[in-house]
Amino acid sequence: MSVEKRVLFRSWWLPWALVAPQLAIVCVFFFWPAGQALFQSVLREDAFGTSSEFVGLENFKILFADETYVASFRTTAVFSVLVAAIGLSVSLLLAVMADRVVRGATAYKTLMIWPYAVAPAIAGVLWLFMFAPSIGVVSYALRSAGMDWNHLLNGNHAMTLIVLAAVWKQIAYNFLFFLAGLQSIPKSLVEAAAIDGAGPWRRFWTVQFPLLTPTTFFLLVINIIYVFIDTFAIVDAATSGGPGKDTAILVYKVYHDGFKAMDLGGSAAQSVVLMGILIALTVVQFRYVERRVHY
Amino acid sequence: MKIKQLALAISALAALASSPAQAQAPVEIQWWHSMSGQLGEWIGGLAKGFNDSQKTYKVTPVFKGTYPESFAATVAAFRAGNAPHIVQIFEVGTASMMAAKGVIVPVDQVMKTAGIKFDPSVYVPAVAGYYTAPNGQMLSFPFNSSTTVLHYNKDAFKAAGLDPNNAPKTWPEVALAAAKLKASGHKCPFTTAWQSWTQLESFSAWHNVEFATQRNGFTGLNARLNITTPLHVRHIENLANMAQQGLFVYKGRNNAADATFQSGECAMYTGSSAAYGGIKRNLKAEAGIGALPYYPDVPGAPQNTVIGGASLWAISGKKPEEYKAVAAFYQYLSDANVQAKSHQETGYIPITSAAFKITEDSGFYKKNPGTDVSVTQMIRKTTDKSRGIRLGNFVQIRTIIDEELEQVWAGKKSAKDGLEAIKKRGDVELEKFEKANKG
Repeated sequence: MSVEKRVLFRSWWLPWALVAPQLAIVCVFFFWPAGQALFQSVLREDAFGTSSEFVGLENFKILFADETYVASFRTTAVFSVLVAAIGLSVSLLLAVMADRVVRGATAYKTLMIWPYAVAPAIAGVLWLFMFAPSIGVVSYALRSAGMDWNHLLNGNHAMTLIVLAAVWKQIAYNFLFFLAGLQSIPKSLVEAAAIDGAGPWRRFWTVQFPLLTPTTFFLLVINIIYVFIDTFAIVDAATSGGPGKDTAILVYKVYHDGFKAMDLGGSAAQSVVLMGILIALTVVQFRYVERRVHY
Repeated sequence: MKIKQLALAISALAALASSPAQAQAPVEIQWWHSMSGQLGEWIGGLAKGFNDSQKTYKVTPVFKGTYPESFAATVAAFRAGNAPHIVQIFEVGTASMMAAKGVIVPVDQVMKTAGIKFDPSVYVPAVAGYYTAPNGQMLSFPFNSSTTVLHYNKDAFKAAGLDPNNAPKTWPEVALAAAKLKASGHKCPFTTAWQSWTQLESFSAWHNVEFATQRNGFTGLNARLNITTPLHVRHIENLANMAQQGLFVYKGRNNAADATFQSGECAMYTGSSAAYGGIKRNLKAEAGIGALPYYPDVPGAPQNTVIGGASLWAISGKKPEEYKAVAAFYQYLSDANVQAKSHQETGYIPITSAAFKITEDSGFYKKNPGTDVSVTQMIRKTTDKSRGIRLGNFVQIRTIIDEELEQVWAGKKSAKDGLEAIKKRGDVELEKFEKANKG
């Protein structure tokens, strides 16, 4: 299906010059900080960096000796699977609906994309207000329905809260890509299926969804990365990792230890672990999940 | 607003240019702080007062966000070589500031080089002790200090048939009062802010027992937590039981409980004495202040409570005349009248006995009953166990305490298991800090 286009440059330096800005950005904002993190993770320093000592893998040893750190892997897995699964399916559903709307489509789309402009910390606070045990609108409604909502002490409630906030924040992004994907499917294919007598449900599963798999795959990778590294502000604003450590996902601890507690060595070691997990996950996704993608 | 300021600045400049005596521009120093809202205005007032009092020096206050944020900003600025002259650091950061070598200039050194007499003994012992090194050298300048008290809603007390003029003094009395409040239909009889500070740190000092070994970390970096004693277990167990019965309702970490008291939702809470201003402004009922409750059968209780709040640190690597400016500013802040005014304005405790005296003589405590409770809790001779807490990685330890206590309140862990988990995890942090700063 794919058509490869090859552009040939006469001069040897022009291609390099053209990609140089992008390379510079990648080096300055990705490779350099990643290298710094690797370096920091084998050091032990006081907060001000006045004394610094090479300690080898000790920061990692301390980390894995901490049961609560190991437990937060499970928390992170639960959180990321929930956010990615719910986020992707809800936005796919919304995109399919929006694709069918004829009148006022722009208004719907704009409203759907809106949440993407909201900063994660604001999203966290927003949902926190709605679910605040004593004053929140939602918790009030839940109480009238006979459910005692208290995310301050109930871990499942707290997890629900941050999953909702993280999903809501990401739906706009997913929606945008799904909608674009749906609109790029040739109308003739869908119409042909309709003429053959396939109903909307069947048309979706046999024609549209298979053609959407590249988009879905891309979004899966992006969503996993989002959940792993971009959600600490939501957790910080909504639960601070509590109750206990029930919502303390890996990246939240990186943020807390590094920026609130000033333990740069420990925090760097955690981000190296996180980096390893993300690389592994992305490799797995490309090796195994991508096989099922039709381009 | 902007135009007005600009006009003022221009006219000030013009005045400056026209006066021949003003040949030299004042030495300017930066002061980073974390006081917002009404407290921010107070800071602005102090800087203005100092700048108006003389012409040689000028202090410029800069708001740098919350305590942890300005702490992080200071660390980053120091690493980059452009730290401010003075920075306000919260009490939890004290050990980190002290342990970092060559980062700060001790108060008495600042004063000595400037040739200004400075007497640390005028400060309230529980305040000065918090910021004094084991060798007796005062390292940071005591600034805003509060302590742990019991706030209670007098109207709710009346409605429950309790005496509104008598705050419960002991923990058994708190439980009884909470039961009566609950019987009268109150949904949140008792809660607490800053659970580590009120229920473990100040609790320990108040009962004259150590919160951590090595005199709470004052005499060595090898301090370890000491919170698994029968007294600590008994107290946390007591609170856990109250939580199960709906007498104690947990309202979140840090000062989340403040709002629930100010809205009238909770009838009693242990929290900072500095919440007084907010309560006075927001609570649509009469509020009272009682001393932090204690267990009457514990010998030596009540001793004194520990402070919270912040102190001012002078950062190293500045020019000599700038340190003179810092010294002059410290001297201005040491003035008893300035301190008395600060105390009355903010609800922070007076940090010198003289400021307390001035406030008392002015009749302030009679007009504002309860505001002296925090003072009387603090103006006492401290013991080696009650002087204060000085632990490294304290931010992490407080988070650990929050995490484990939440499990106890939820009924997932027993008080003993929770406290033991705190000790185990907290000691790892202390060990890490000891190793990082042993050099």
